[in-house]
Amino acid sequence: MMQKLTVHEGLVVPMDRANVDTDLIIPKQFLKSIKRTGFGPNLFDNLRYLDEGEPGQDCSQRPINPEFPLNFPRYQGASILLARENFGCGSSREHAPWALADYGFRCVIAPSFADIFYNNCFKNGILPVVLPAAVVDDLFAVLYASEGYTLTVDLREQVVIAPDGRRWSFAVDGFRKERLLEGLDDIGITLKSADAIRAYEARWREQSPWLFGGFDRPVS
Amino acid sequence: MAGLTLYDKLWQSHLVEERDDGSALIYIDRHLTHEVTSPQAFEGLRLAGRRPWRRDANIAVPDHNVPTESAERLGGVAGILDPVSRLQVQTLDENCAEFDIVEIPINDVRQGIVHVVGPEQGITLPGVTLVCGDSHTSTHGALAALAHGIGTSEVEHVLATQCLLAQKMKNLQVRVSGRLGTGVTAKDLALAIIGQIGTAGGTGFAIEYAGEAIEALSMEGRMTLCNMSIEAGARVGLIAVDDTTIDYVRGRPYAPTGELWDRAVAAWRGLHSDPDAVFDRVVELRAEDVKPQVTWGTSPEMVAPVDGVVPDPDAMDSPGRAESVRRALEYMGLTAGMPIRDIRPDRVFIGSCTNSRIEDLRAAAAVVKGRRVAASVKQALVVPGSGEVKKQAEAEGLDRVFLDAGMEWREPGCSMCLAMNADKLGAGEHCASTSNRNFEGRQGAGGRTHLVSPAMAAAAAIAGHFIDVRELTEA
Ligand code: SF4
Repeated sequence: MMQKLTVHEGLVVPMDRANVDTDLIIPKQFLKSIKRTGFGPNLFDNLRYLDEGEPGQDCSQRPINPEFPLNFPRYQGASILLARENFGCGSSREHAPWALADYGFRCVIAPSFADIFYNNCFKNGILPVVLPAAVVDDLFAVLYASEGYTLTVDLREQVVIAPDGRRWSFAVDGFRKERLLEGLDDIGITLKSADAIRAYEARWREQSPWLFGGFDRPVS
Repeated sequence: MAGLTLYDKLWQSHLVEERDDGSALIYIDRHLTHEVTSPQAFEGLRLAGRRPWRRDANIAVPDHNVPTESAERLGGVAGILDPVSRLQVQTLDENCAEFDIVEIPINDVRQGIVHVVGPEQGITLPGVTLVCGDSHTSTHGALAALAHGIGTSEVEHVLATQCLLAQKMKNLQVRVSGRLGTGVTAKDLALAIIGQIGTAGGTGFAIEYAGEAIEALSMEGRMTLCNMSIEAGARVGLIAVDDTTIDYVRGRPYAPTGELWDRAVAAWRGLHSDPDAVFDRVVELRAEDVKPQVTWGTSPEMVAPVDGVVPDPDAMDSPGRAESVRRALEYMGLTAGMPIRDIRPDRVFIGSCTNSRIEDLRAAAAVVKGRRVAASVKQALVVPGSGEVKKQAEAEGLDRVFLDAGMEWREPGCSMCLAMNADKLGAGEHCASTSNRNFEGRQGAGGRTHLVSPAMAAAAAIAGHFIDVRELTEA
């Protein structure tokens, strides 16, 4: 099952540049992996480390870039990423949301997102929140000024709540909201129709029994 | 009410549930798995604690990056030199063991390219829905199976639910009248069709091939044609069931037998479009007009008859087209107006899911028999599509014919079709290839692919340049 998201309160970290593409989120040398987990240590690899990243490295031994916010002690444990416009542009691969989720992000807030990335987030338990550019500007300013800055994202109410009580509502389509609230991925949604699938299968087995033998029987 | 097309019938018979937004749940009878697109799907199942919905609908075989050199192949999975390839094949083995899925392992005689193995073993049957994480799954439509490629997340979805969330496609009929001439094959027909309708011509459609020329094709030829549907933009290619289909399926290892066989055949006989079925689009061709084809560019629609010339970008009707032709010629190192005959391949590749079946190898062997590969050709590879094809070819002595001509005879796999294993083109090298994609870098970085039929590839190997195979065989 996919991780549910209803109300999430978390530490916020800034990603202060526009057009962050999927290759920046997870560089292409890591895409050969046979896994969909374990991408977290290579999230933003080019920005996070000073050396050239290779698959299979022990990232804890690599020289980190002290200038990159994700490496600042004050942002350790962050689960909300504050970003700029057109976040997630580039390839359609799901590795980018996999890497964000594996790192521990549950929510990305930005003035705009690339379409496919936006959609892929919902499939992987991440809530992308679109807030007006002026609000995002303001959040960046507050975030830089205050250590330990957290936000609360309430998906049920569709609002982001600041510690000082300010609230900004955001839009999300009903179907996507439902799936994240219930923690349903595509498979979970289809399995809601399990009875219909079983009924079809029983009928089809009657009609075409030769399709239900499997491939175990020895072949001469 | 108008009659139904073959595609409509297959769709309807597998419809589990329709949704308000026009999508539908389609039941999947057969799911074929290989090592490249499946690892993350299996991992997804594992992470979610799910098991396959119906293990007996699944079968796996490694093909994309198995080595095809006999020496390396002898070492089995552990002997694969490239670490990424080895890990993928190993992972497939492990996943099949963990999820209890039947696998045809690397050195089993039945192993081969998934689209060759499916029909050959009787895994692919008429009337089934069949999916695989590979776009050339359209091949299986030659048996009137509704078959197409799916992505990794869909692989996981099919494993877990036995269903696919799909949108109904539109119907396109390609009617081919008359008979193909001698030396002209299904591959030439496929390339001629793509040349006519373009690589996006079939987008959104299921193509049904029909007409006298199609009925006259062998099953191997039909598979070649359906295989290339995806290069015309169509995810699905279909051909109606006839005696050729039934005769092909009879006696296959996983085909039904006895009373079940009779019942199945009775059902399969209905797998054709109704006479009054309405297609959204119809394209007509005359088989007599089709000559042996050679692609000169970086897209399968950039194709010309072997007696033609490389086109001139300045003569194109649109600036966009002119630009893409110019870029293609630059990449291919060809000049406008140059005769196709003057293109000299450095390597020759006979294989891939398009053209590695026994009939393909026979056609190539008939051309090279008693001849030698031209000195200018560095390498001519023959890679059978499966262990069974290899065995059959060796029983007929085809391996000797190829070896005597100076060609290499390999173990089954995808090989140079996509250069995931060690078989690759060098930068700038031209290749006469029986595969299906001539994209930039497909057969190795900087490699220049010319798509042709097996007989035409063999003829180019002998002549050292492209040549109408009929000049060799009818001389
Ligand atoms: S032979 Fe080529 S096109 Fe066919 S499945 Fe293998 S890699 Fe894909």
